[in-house]
Order: sequence, then C-alpha cells, then structure tokens
Amino acid sequence: MTESQLSHAAAAPTAAPLHLNKWIVDLLYYAALILLSLVMLIPFAWMLSTSLKPTEYILSVTPQFIPNPATLDSYRTLFDLMPMGRMLGNSLFVALAGAGGQVLVSAMAAYAFARIEWRGREIVFLLYLGTMMVPSQVTLIPLFILIRQLGWVNSYQGLILPGLFSAFGTFLLRQAFLSLPRDLEEAAFIDGATHFTIFWRIILPLTRPALATLAVLSFMQYWNAYLWPLFVARQEIFMTLPVGLAKLQGGPRALTQWNVVMAGAVVTVLPILIAYLFAQKWFVRSVTLSGIKG
Amino acid sequence: MAGNHGIHKWKWVIFFLSPSLIGLLVFMVGPLLYSLRLTLYDWNLLSDPVYVGLDNFKDLYHDAEFWASFKHTLTYIAIYTPSVLALALGVSLLLNRPLRGVAFFRAVSFVPVVSSWVVVSLMWKWIFNPRYGLLNYALAQIGITGPNWLFDPDTALYAIIIAGIWKDIGFITVMFLSGLQGIDESYYEAAKIDGAQMLQRLRHITLPLLTPTTFFALIISLINSFQVFEQAWLMPEDYARTGTSVVVEQIVNYAFRYNRMGYAAAMSWVLFAAIFAITIVQIRLQKRWVHYDL
Repeated sequence: MTESQLSHAAAAPTAAPLHLNKWIVDLLYYAALILLSLVMLIPFAWMLSTSLKPTEYILSVTPQFIPNPATLDSYRTLFDLMPMGRMLGNSLFVALAGAGGQVLVSAMAAYAFARIEWRGREIVFLLYLGTMMVPSQVTLIPLFILIRQLGWVNSYQGLILPGLFSAFGTFLLRQAFLSLPRDLEEAAFIDGATHFTIFWRIILPLTRPALATLAVLSFMQYWNAYLWPLFVARQEIFMTLPVGLAKLQGGPRALTQWNVVMAGAVVTVLPILIAYLFAQKWFVRSVTLSGIKG
Repeated sequence: MAGNHGIHKWKWVIFFLSPSLIGLLVFMVGPLLYSLRLTLYDWNLLSDPVYVGLDNFKDLYHDAEFWASFKHTLTYIAIYTPSVLALALGVSLLLNRPLRGVAFFRAVSFVPVVSSWVVVSLMWKWIFNPRYGLLNYALAQIGITGPNWLFDPDTALYAIIIAGIWKDIGFITVMFLSGLQGIDESYYEAAKIDGAQMLQRLRHITLPLLTPTTFFALIISLINSFQVFEQAWLMPEDYARTGTSVVVEQIVNYAFRYNRMGYAAAMSWVLFAAIFAITIVQIRLQKRWVHYDL
C-alpha cells in the first residue's frame, strides 16, 4: 500500500466528524488570531485616539476610544513646542544617508572578501567577525569622547558615521556575494573589465535582495536609535524624532501633556509603519537575519 | 583571472576594503581598546586623567547601586526570556496554520518590532497610568483594582517587563516561524499514520526539531535583554526609579551625568563579561537539549 492509501484508510471510518473537527479548530485559531491582533493593535489605536483628543478630555477615568470631539490641537501644540519639521527631516536624512552609506561600504568590503583572493583574507575576516560580539555600550564612552574631540557633537557626521561601519553588513553581503558562481565575471575580465565594473555592473545588480535587506535593517536602526543621538544631538536643530519625542515628557513636577506626547509618537512611528507596509518582506528578513531589536 | 594577480590585485583589495577597514578601526577597534585603557583611569573629561589601576573595579565591587541595577537587569531577563520564548512559540504555531488571511495576522504581530523603543515606552507608560490608563480600566471591568505600576518602585519593573515582552514577541515569532517551516513534512505524515494526536505530534516532533531555533532565539534574547535600556530609562516615574535602574542606565549616568568616564567604562566591561559568560554557558549546555534530528 502507498502512503496516501494508508492514511486514507486510517481516516476513512471517521471522515465526517474529522471534517467538522477541522472547521471548529480553524474557528478557534481565528479567535486566537483576532485576540492576538487586538493585543498588538489596541496600544497603537489608543495612542492615535489620545493624540486626537482635546486636553480637557485626556484625564477622563472612563476611556473613550473614538475621540469626540476630535481635534488636531495636540499636533498644533507639538509643532509649536518643537521644530518637528526639522526633526522629521533630520531623521529622514540620517536614516537614508546611514542606510545608503552602510550598504555601499559593506558591499565594497564584502566584494574584497568574496570575489578577490588575497593573502591574509581569512584572518582579517575573522577579526571582522570578532567585532560583532562587542556590545555597543562598551564603545559608547570612548566613541563619545572621540566625537567630542573631533568637534562633531551637534553634527550630522557625528550622528551618522559611527554607526556606518558594521562588520555585520559585510558579513551579510559576503554570504550573498559568495553564492554567485565563480566564473560569472570570467568573460567580463577577458573583455578588459576592471574589478570596479564587475562589482558595479554584475555583482550589485545580482544581489539586490541582500542589499535591500541590509538597507532596510540599517534604515530602521538609524530611524529608531535613541541612546547615541541623545548624546550627540544636544541642540534641537540636530535632533532626530525619538530624541525630541522623549523630551516631550514632563519633568518631575511638570504635568505630562499626554495628547501632545501621543501626537509626537504618531509622527515618529508613522513613517516607519508606512515603509513597513510597502516592504514587509525585507523588514521581516532583515530583523530575523540580524537578531537585533529595533 | 586577468585582474586577480600581482600588483593590480592589491590595488583593488585596498580600494574595496579600506573604507570599511579604516571605519572599523577608527569607530570600533580603537574605541574598544581605548575603553579598556579607560577602566584604569579616573577622568571627568575636564582635568587630566589620573591613573588609578584597578581601583575602578574595586569600587564597583562595593557599589551597592550598581549591583542593584545588575539585579534589576537579571530580574528583567529571568521573567522576560521564558515569557517571550513561550508566547512567541504559541503565536508562531497559530500563525503557521495555512489559514486564509494568515498573512495579515503575521504582519500585525510584527508591527511593534519595527516601532522604536521610545514610541513603545511612552505609549505603554500612558496605558499603565494608574488613573487614566487603559490597563487599570480594563482590570477594573473584571473587578481587579490595578496597582500603581510605574509610580510604585515595587511594580515599576514588572510594567517595564510587560512592555518589553509585548514589543519583542513578533521578533522571536518570525524566528520560530522559519524554524517551523524548516521541519520536514514527512515526520508529520509518519506520525499521523501511527495515529499520533496533535499534542503528541507537538511534543515528540515539533518541539524537539525546533530546539536549534529555540537555542538561537534564547541566545539572542539573552544578549539583547542584558542591554535593556530605553524602556527602563523612559517609563518609570521619578520616585519609582530606584526599583528599575538597569546596568546600561548606570553606565549612562556615570558617563554623562557624573562625568566619571573610567568608572562607567569599567561598568561596561562588567556587562560585556556577563554577556560573554552567559553565552558561553548556553553554548556548553546546548548539547544537552538541542536536537538537530529526531
């Protein structure tokens, strides 16, 4: 008897109840999935709802999910309190430049490790892997001292450059470059192409998925970063959104204006959520591959 | 290959590798070595550094505040890690069933992962508000008087842990999902023929074959949770801070508030050592419970 016949034979006597069973199980799964989605989405819904409420409605003991009356006042207050447009621009610029730079630098190094043979390559690569194990807190203090010495506190290069050189990016792209067949560039070399041409015209176009994965990961890290920009961007004109947002919280005695804080949170999270909507696959892939939290 | 030998080759190796290599040396390896040296000095960034030998480590040994923060970090890890792994396993089993519309639920469960820690911290801080927050309102509906959460040093840490678990479930879930998809279907076919029920299949096939993924997820979440910072920094109300200070928070305080660079650097090396030690222990222990085949 074949396998399918066997399983058919086993299932046959109870075919009808089993069918019903599957339907009930599916229903239970859907119930659990809906519960899960509520747990994941209600906090965001509550954030949005709070941001649309007038100040006097915030401190109501019975929560009101649909703001009535709804108003954009807290967004207006937010933009009055802080140069939000500037911060949004800073975040975008830092994240785009950081992602672009990291992909380029990592791809170049990955090419040297994957497509050129040279003495000492393995040892240098091992040293690269070693740097991946160091927690960022260990280099935080000397890095800050360095940036200060260079006069880069309150500067875009101070925000972008220290995070640009990730051994992880090189590692990720090297894997992708190695997966391409060796004789791929043979013909091009015979035609007199240089390594740069091979890199730019052949290797990069063929490994777009890996490049996109790294770009998304890098963008997300720069966009969401808090600790480093907190100390590098002291002036508001260099602040990125998370730093500005955290500053909105009231001090020990000041009352936090929660509708304004939630408006700030909406402005901070919306761009990355829109990006996620369009590039879901790459977001999921980059986060699993890196094992780094956002 | 024409371009792959002699002087030409080295020219290209230098061209491709140097941006990354120089960047890593300047922003990573240099600061790393400098940080190690810094642990032997007392320096406030203004006057000249004073050599103190191992005094920083001696002081650290007697620093009750530091060990309290270490204990908070360990408490965070002890509750967070098993909870997030168990919940993510459950969610991944839900999301692995080929139901119509399951892609939507997968996307939703990942939304907190792409949001920044600052947004998540402030959002949950508002939800945990004992008087106007959503959580205690919900608890009141089922007859429970909720605690003061972030206003109380005894409960603040738990609130922070809950937010942490919520944010990271989706991240560990995608790891488990890819692990589940890697399990060969034939194991299940065989088990069905033997009449194994759903729970038996889970226990004797799915869980053992998922142990390599579980191992990886465990290592990653341990490393990440040792570095817990933003949520513990942003969420608690000031008078509850004593109950929630974590190691990274102490590093930041000593470096940037009290200007004790050497002391903060010593703290960061203790953190590094702890992460390193626990990772080694996990790798040693893996032989006992990780199966690569049935």
